[in-house]
Amino acid sequence: MKLELKGITKRFGSLVANDNVSLVAEAGQIHCLLGENGAGKSTLMNVLYGLYQAEAGEILLDDKVVKFAGPGDAMAAGIGMVHQHFMLIPVFTVAENVMLGHEPTRFGGVLDMASARKKVKEVSDRFGFDVDPDALVEDLPVGVQQRVEIIKALIGDAKVLVFDEPTAVLTPAETDELMTIMKQLRDAGTAIVFITHKLREVQAVADKITVIRLGKVVGEADPKATANELASMMVGRAVDLDVEKTPAKPGAANFVIKGLSAWNHAGNQVLNDINLEVHASEILVIAGVQGNGQTELTEAIIGMHGKAEGSIMLEGHELLGKSVKHVLDQGVGFVPEDRTEDGLVGEFTIAENLMLDRSDRKPFAKGISLQLGYLRKFAEEKLKQFDIRAQGIDSKASQLSGGNQQKVVLARELSRELRLLVASQPTRGLDVGSIEFVHEQIVATRDKGIPVLIVATELDEATQLGDRIAVMYRGKIVGVVPSSTPREILGQMMAGITTGEAA
Amino acid sequence: MSKTLKKPEAKAKVEKLANEAVQSRQAAVIREILSANWALTLFAVLASFLVGGVLIASSNEGVQTSAAYLFARPGDFLLAIWNAVFGAYDALFRGSIFNYQATGFAGMIRPITETLAFATPITMAGLGLAVAFRSGLFNIGGTGQILFGAMFAGWVGINLDLPFGVHFIVALLAGILGGALFGALVGFLKATTGANEVIVTIMFNYIAGLLLRYLLKTPLLQAPNSIEPISPAIKETAKYWKFLGVDFRLHAGFFLMLAAVFFVWWLLNRSSIGFQFRALGHNPSAAKTAGINIGLMYVLVMAISGGLAGLAGTSQIMGTERFLTPNVAGSFGFDAITVALLGRSNPWGVLAAGILFGGLRAGAVTMQANQHVPVDIVFVVQSMIVLFIAAPPLVRAIFRLPAPKEATK
Repeated sequence: MKLELKGITKRFGSLVANDNVSLVAEAGQIHCLLGENGAGKSTLMNVLYGLYQAEAGEILLDDKVVKFAGPGDAMAAGIGMVHQHFMLIPVFTVAENVMLGHEPTRFGGVLDMASARKKVKEVSDRFGFDVDPDALVEDLPVGVQQRVEIIKALIGDAKVLVFDEPTAVLTPAETDELMTIMKQLRDAGTAIVFITHKLREVQAVADKITVIRLGKVVGEADPKATANELASMMVGRAVDLDVEKTPAKPGAANFVIKGLSAWNHAGNQVLNDINLEVHASEILVIAGVQGNGQTELTEAIIGMHGKAEGSIMLEGHELLGKSVKHVLDQGVGFVPEDRTEDGLVGEFTIAENLMLDRSDRKPFAKGISLQLGYLRKFAEEKLKQFDIRAQGIDSKASQLSGGNQQKVVLARELSRELRLLVASQPTRGLDVGSIEFVHEQIVATRDKGIPVLIVATELDEATQLGDRIAVMYRGKIVGVVPSSTPREILGQMMAGITTGEAA
Repeated sequence: MSKTLKKPEAKAKVEKLANEAVQSRQAAVIREILSANWALTLFAVLASFLVGGVLIASSNEGVQTSAAYLFARPGDFLLAIWNAVFGAYDALFRGSIFNYQATGFAGMIRPITETLAFATPITMAGLGLAVAFRSGLFNIGGTGQILFGAMFAGWVGINLDLPFGVHFIVALLAGILGGALFGALVGFLKATTGANEVIVTIMFNYIAGLLLRYLLKTPLLQAPNSIEPISPAIKETAKYWKFLGVDFRLHAGFFLMLAAVFFVWWLLNRSSIGFQFRALGHNPSAAKTAGINIGLMYVLVMAISGGLAGLAGTSQIMGTERFLTPNVAGSFGFDAITVALLGRSNPWGVLAAGILFGGLRAGAVTMQANQHVPVDIVFVVQSMIVLFIAAPPLVRAIFRLPAPKEATK
């Protein structure tokens, strides 16, 4: 089936999310929709899926105009979507999840589980998915859960499959498997729309690339184009993806974690005997697939994790078991993984967010009276210094773009006297320009002689930014290796395989 | 392809929505109400008066009689409605703002002083709840905290013999302390055990009320030789100054209330503690990550919130009531919730809402006496205001206001 979007325009108030966007996805083709976060990719797909109604433009399936009032219509017309966040019920089996909503029944409304199981098996075998229909979804690895989503779409007879940033939660190996599956589906005649901002993936599978920027199609790219060429097209100016930094001149091991273990509320061990050293003037990257204990590790460092044992020493001073305030006062800068949730108060202004962690002390307060005059001066200065693009210091944080929000967080954390910087996925969801800026700031912090600990889930970032890389898997450090370690080996380590390379 | 395929998506969506709703319903409701704009608030008040008008008309005898021959003489029916509603609201005005029918200046201005006398405790307690709401805590315990304030202040006012001036200050501080302690206990329970403050404060209202009933049967608070649950009168030295003379109920607590409005404004907008309160209210995770001691903040927020309710308690016992009775808090604890929501937890808004509610209370009496409209109509109007504010689409539909712009993703 051929899918065609013609002149789609979608506005939110004064913001034009999609401006006259057109694209054609042919059967048996993988069509990559490449663009930065906020470029309007998701909006476009939500229009296609009937979640939004476009102001102008039309959707054509096999040259016939169709109108979707909701996802149901789109699915009925043969469009399937694999979302970044899975829509599965964890305590149900694969078969139960797949048949949910259109359960096959026998006489009298009795569920016909056998036929559901058979259908799942059939689809799974056809594409070599290797999915057990009776497995509970919660027991399955993330990559397999994603396949269940794909099976759901295929059982609905989807002729056009849309993958919305599908690799965010996958290991490198799982990503490779997904690429293989996509190619198989393509060869079976399915039209595939693959939404992503990751250049490596585009280069691996794309038959056709449409680049979208600020809601507009800026053109089609050659699948053989280099990463820098694609990135430049995506951003609209020449970019250099490499992080510029001199070789590290590591100093003393100022930050030492010894035998750190932690347990979550349910009593499951989430950190298992972590031993790490970060030297002054060094960037240590914790690499790993999301959800392998990185969040818990940063929480333990910052003083937010409940049950933990071991030791976290900053320049000979124990941090474990201390309050967040105490840890911050020791000179720990912290850039949380989820800036809107943990880093900023969206309803507060930029200025207010800049003093979030120091509102109760000089120079921001005298006694308990806030020094708003000083705050304004301070905020104006930081706005310039960190190139925060906003109407002014009184703009609400929630109105800023992701990149500018992250700059506010960085400005706050870097304007204290630091002895350690911990940043969790500092460039997640940022545009290329902001990524460059954040990387520069992190390297500059290192060059001031401060130990830096970064959590990264993307291998490219880990190898480019890190001086050394510690790979984490299921709450354990698999190994600490130089950043020049080949990707394949890092990928294996991220899947928990210890190699001879691991130091 | 069958139509049934619509279902899985719908189911998943419903499931997701239900989940999110359970998690954040409480927070969302507060946010929704606090973010309503002023025009909407005004229209909500107007709509409530309209509904009140319908109730007044439908319960009016003249209207009912004329409805029987509606088609013969519709004019009678409309006139009866006009008379009933206008009469009632005119009485409300005369009872709450300015009585143009009274003889003498004192009689004419008495209504507005009555309004302010009612507004004093309502606004004080409303400010307390506003502080809690702004900090993300849904304090329903105004009643209990007012009662504790009244009990502490009452005990000091009745039993201690102190010089003029000193006695008043000690009683006042005792009242504030009583409310603050009772409030802080809620914050402490939330901080240490994670208890939901809504449940705890509701239960604490019962505890405070029943404790007072009990104490009023013991020598600790009960008047000697009394079989009723009532305390002796508090001493003259512990009373608020009646600056308009003893014929008026309005007392110096009114100025204290105005000072409290300013204090809360300063606290929330100009102090570092208030800044941390607001950070906690808007985004507890970010507040925690920024090193703010959440547990301590819960205790502080509830102490200040309870302290202001305790102040309202002093206004009752040391201002208008003089005796401790089981009903010393009246319905002010709950009115305070409405007032805090109506004023969008902004101190000046709470003041305006408090005066509106004081006026409704003061006017209701005249309305009943002159027009035989039950006082309960006023309670209905008060409740309708909250309902309308909580359901903005309803108000927009009634007044054909434009819908807000579609939110950007």
